Amino acid sequence: MKRNPERTQKIAFFFLFLATLFIVVPVGLILVVIIQKGLPAINWQFLSDIPRQGMRAGGIFPAIVGTLYLVLGAIIFALPIGLMAAIYLSEYAKDNFLTRIIKLAIVNLAGVPSVVYGLFGLALFVIFFKFGASILAGSLTLGIMILPLIITASREALESVPYSFREVSWSLGASKWQTIRHIVLPNAIPGILTGTILGLGRAAGETAPILFTVAAFYLPRLPKSAFDQAMALPYHLYVISTQVPNVHEKIRYGTALVLLTMVLFMNLVAIVIRYKFRKKKKW
Amino acid sequence: MVTFNIRNLNIWFGKIHALRELNMQVLTHEILTVIGPANSGKTTFLRMLNRLNELQPNFTMSGTVDFDNRNIMSLGREDVRRRIGMVFALPLPLPLSIFDNIAYGPRMYGIRSCSKLASIVEDALKKAYLWEEVKDRLDTSAFKLSGGQQQRLCIARTLAVEPQVILFDEPCSGLDPISTAKVEEAMIKLKEYYTIVLVTNNVKQAARVGDRTAFFLGGELIELDKTDKIFTAPEDSRTDGYIRGKFG
Repeated sequence: MKRNPERTQKIAFFFLFLATLFIVVPVGLILVVIIQKGLPAINWQFLSDIPRQGMRAGGIFPAIVGTLYLVLGAIIFALPIGLMAAIYLSEYAKDNFLTRIIKLAIVNLAGVPSVVYGLFGLALFVIFFKFGASILAGSLTLGIMILPLIITASREALESVPYSFREVSWSLGASKWQTIRHIVLPNAIPGILTGTILGLGRAAGETAPILFTVAAFYLPRLPKSAFDQAMALPYHLYVISTQVPNVHEKIRYGTALVLLTMVLFMNLVAIVIRYKFRKKKKW
Repeated sequence: MVTFNIRNLNIWFGKIHALRELNMQVLTHEILTVIGPANSGKTTFLRMLNRLNELQPNFTMSGTVDFDNRNIMSLGREDVRRRIGMVFALPLPLPLSIFDNIAYGPRMYGIRSCSKLASIVEDALKKAYLWEEVKDRLDTSAFKLSGGQQQRLCIARTLAVEPQVILFDEPCSGLDPISTAKVEEAMIKLKEYYTIVLVTNNVKQAARVGDRTAFFLGGELIELDKTDKIFTAPEDSRTDGYIRGKFG
């Protein structure tokens, strides 16, 4: 049979398109189902009230606040350390055995399942450092989980600043640190921010790392300090979906919708920053 | 007066022997032009003078480079680069405004006063013959300038640091003939105050602006003499071949 290039091309394109469509469909379905079932639950009381009647009524305010605290704590811990490590790795570290070990460690850290982080957090922060199940322990555990994300994103952002800018800065008598501080960092900040926000989204959505380290099953009040337990959205969702009987469907989907909105909103912010930066980029 | 005195200089990048047994001097207030084909070591030579080579991970060297009778490796790295300015092949403005580009160097070694910075910027831009073209828009991004203007901006930025020596690394390779003429004009006027080393791929440019000319080939200095002599009666047949365009 003679080959018809026109037709084989069409067949190939069809399958490629089908595969692409396959990615869109689940995302769309998840969104539609959750919005459809969850939207009726969303009202001011749901967002601002504490859970009542064994979480079958009332709101999810403590869980929202808990998640915000956790995310904030994680970022306060992970951003400075991650950024400094990234600067060291991309600007100062010589390519030797130690550096390679460190880079390998970061890659492996990114690959560790999140429940293992939870167990690690339990052993180190909750028990060994005696923080107890607390916002502090949960934040640190989440922080360690998103460290590799932040380091990788920051390194990429730093390394995307052209080498020639550094040479110019050095040739004008600026030291290496001055060059990083005044030329490299300002131009890498949008990329670092993007990575950080994506890390935040990840931290907000994870259940396993907070399971043993902070999450309260039912705590109808706001946490009082960093050493207090807290409710958090992902764990709350797990609890009302599997542990508490007779929770109305719309409350479950409403909770999922709030969590999804928070995470998607963070991703949206990251996308906007990246877009603006690309438009402004001048080299 | 001798600004640079180079003795038995060898440079390697890994296994590549980039410069071999270089012995030469750069005189004060001259324009030394350096010509040679690609990979002849001329840029390596230039970047040795302000210690930029050593940032490459596998750099090794032997021999000495004296700057004003002091070993360049014993002077502070930042100090060397401040006293020996460099203009790169492509115009490389920093992603800052015109003003901040020029003020960058002085700010880095601690000049904070706005009025002082303003006078440094004006002075440097005038010396690079750019002041008239940009004086009304110092706050705009340096990327808005044309290629030739950007290169003169880079010259001004180097001048703002008040170096003794300016190294030019093929400064006109990305420029049109008129911009090239303007940059060359600036260089000849700058000779009065600065020692200039110009690496160029443009043999005619070397003839136009040089006082002395060095010819590099394969990492070796083949010939160094008065520019007129190099271009009329070179000693070495390889120099003759190169400037006539027989190879390279």
